[in-house]
Amino acid sequence: MRKLLTGVALASLASLSFASFAWADIKLGATVSETGPASFLGDPEAKTLKLMVEQINASGGIKGEKIKLFLYDDGGDPNKARTFATRLVEDDGVVAIIGGTTTGTSMSVMPVVEDAKIPFISLAGAIEIIDPVRPNTFKTPHTDRMACEKIFDDMKKRGYTKIGMLSGTDGFGASMRAQCLAVAPNYGITILADENYGPKDADMTPQLTNIRGKSDIQAVLSPGFGQGPAIVTRNYAQLGITLPLYQSHGVASNGFIELAGAKASEGVRLPGTALLVGELLADNDPQKPVVMAYKTAFEKATGTPVSTFGGYAHDALRIFVDAVSRSKSTKPADIRDAIEKTSGLVGTTGTVTMSPKDHLGLDLGSFRMLEIKNGGWVLVK
Amino acid sequence: MKLSAKQASLLVLAVLIVLSPFFFPSGYYFRVGSLLFVNGLAVVGIVILTGFAGQISLGHAGFVGIGAYACALAPAYLGLHPALSAVLGAVVSGATAYLVGRPILRLKGYYLAVASLGFGILVSMVLANEARWTGGPDGIKTPDLGLRGLLADMGLELTNPQFWYALSGLALLIGAWLALNLRDSPTGRALRALHGSEVAARTVGIDVAQAKLMAFVVSAVYASASGSLLALQNRFITPDVAGYMHSIELVTMAVLGGAGSVLGAIFGAGILTLLPQALTVFQNYEQIMLGLVMMLVMVFMRQGLLPSVLGLMRGRGE
Repeated sequence: MRKLLTGVALASLASLSFASFAWADIKLGATVSETGPASFLGDPEAKTLKLMVEQINASGGIKGEKIKLFLYDDGGDPNKARTFATRLVEDDGVVAIIGGTTTGTSMSVMPVVEDAKIPFISLAGAIEIIDPVRPNTFKTPHTDRMACEKIFDDMKKRGYTKIGMLSGTDGFGASMRAQCLAVAPNYGITILADENYGPKDADMTPQLTNIRGKSDIQAVLSPGFGQGPAIVTRNYAQLGITLPLYQSHGVASNGFIELAGAKASEGVRLPGTALLVGELLADNDPQKPVVMAYKTAFEKATGTPVSTFGGYAHDALRIFVDAVSRSKSTKPADIRDAIEKTSGLVGTTGTVTMSPKDHLGLDLGSFRMLEIKNGGWVLVK
Repeated sequence: MKLSAKQASLLVLAVLIVLSPFFFPSGYYFRVGSLLFVNGLAVVGIVILTGFAGQISLGHAGFVGIGAYACALAPAYLGLHPALSAVLGAVVSGATAYLVGRPILRLKGYYLAVASLGFGILVSMVLANEARWTGGPDGIKTPDLGLRGLLADMGLELTNPQFWYALSGLALLIGAWLALNLRDSPTGRALRALHGSEVAARTVGIDVAQAKLMAFVVSAVYASASGSLLALQNRFITPDVAGYMHSIELVTMAVLGGAGSVLGAIFGAGILTLLPQALTVFQNYEQIMLGLVMMLVMVFMRQGLLPSVLGLMRGRGE
């Protein structure tokens, strides 16, 4: 009976590959979390990949060869992500994989690609994906360590050295909290309060009251993800705390301002990518044309506002396309070598220059410090 | 020579495991197969608890989590070999099940379901929140078992999916063999007796609380072994594996295939493992399809898929 089911699985696979047979030139794999708890990240990523592959194929593909995209939805489950990665490598025969929306899914895809020597561009934040560097694993988003550094840099410029921290206990918040604690001494910053909240908590007033109770604190940092940081911002305003509030790049979207309310979020600072403030960039900014082209295309095709996370997928695909166009052949090993030699590629997160020691290729300058003013974003000079 | 039901079940299982690879078009199917076996192993544990003894646990993923994290944490902090860590995980799971089950199983009714539900959630929360040791919600790496390299040295080259297909297939066979033996042993008969009627079982001199506790501990060890296999195979594990949804999935697999039959439950695990892979084209409707299949089975085939179908075939033969 299992044979029967294998047969069913086979038949559905066969129908899939039939539809694509004619153009199966460059096979690109992707596993993202289109559904599930991380869907607000994975959904724009999936839409971006589909949209851009269509665009590239319509304009003639890469060196005349079309891209065939194999896209799976892992629902944010690391076990499923690993299965799909195996499927992409063993069954679909892709030359590279984009994906791993979350750190968990990326880390479980990694052993598969390192085993099969297929280049893999992750879309997840944590630094452990590229540190230590593994031969076939790359990623596009800034690390949470860089976000901490960018925020502490801004705090130092404004003369704040004693801060309080209120972090989410979800993967993003916990990882960023650890990185911030590690780099704080480099900026002469002492963390006087270190509070946390659960991802589903509906009220952070007690933690904020604790932080307010410590009179030396000059600013507050809130590493977190999803609705938590918005509740923090609301409670912060309700308690009438006047200290400057910093949020993380995890909430760099218009959805955050909507959730927290324009009034409560007034003056909140966070590090974000150029994508959020495309119109505000100087005309001679190298990122402006790239960012605006992607923003216009995405918003026209999907009718939804562009998000930082879709930008990560945009950059990953750009890196892949750029590498294939420079690569000697479309063999995975050659594409891997070409990705590692990526230099001066302008994406939505910054200008990417990779090396054998750096599989991210971004510096702090590619982060923009943003402030919320009147329900919108402004660039902090 | 006529085979007993037990021998026939084992033979069918062994033949399927050994012959299926000849029909695999690519290495990916080995991965799906090994996932099926890993789930199947945990579900055989559910059969012992639910099918034989009639008790319901909604927290078995907690034991899967203990088994999985044992393979990540014991090598890192105690320097234990991964294989020994899996044994340690099984011991810890069994002991935990004993401590949790002992007071609860003296009570009648749905206390075990509720308590195990709480226990499962507790385990997944500890794994997610004690980030210092467990790596938190982002998960943690597990070391290489080393057996594949050893086999390669001995001249048996297997790809990673092939190796895990073989190992988890073997584990499932052993698990099924033990469960089938248990079924026909005095202990197994005692379990099935108390499933039928606790009062009657007590009247004929069965220590009901003790028997239930035994079933709970054994099924916890099965779940733990399944978790260890998953963690070692994936080389990475996150707290999701101990999550509430995974517990429900395991019970669903058993009930769908037929909780009273070892082979049926493995069949159920097979369906719920393969269906999401076959349905990637309809990924958005996956949950609906699963719900529909489940409802139809509950309404028309209360015994579960495999026993009902076999019953129908036998009925027609007469």
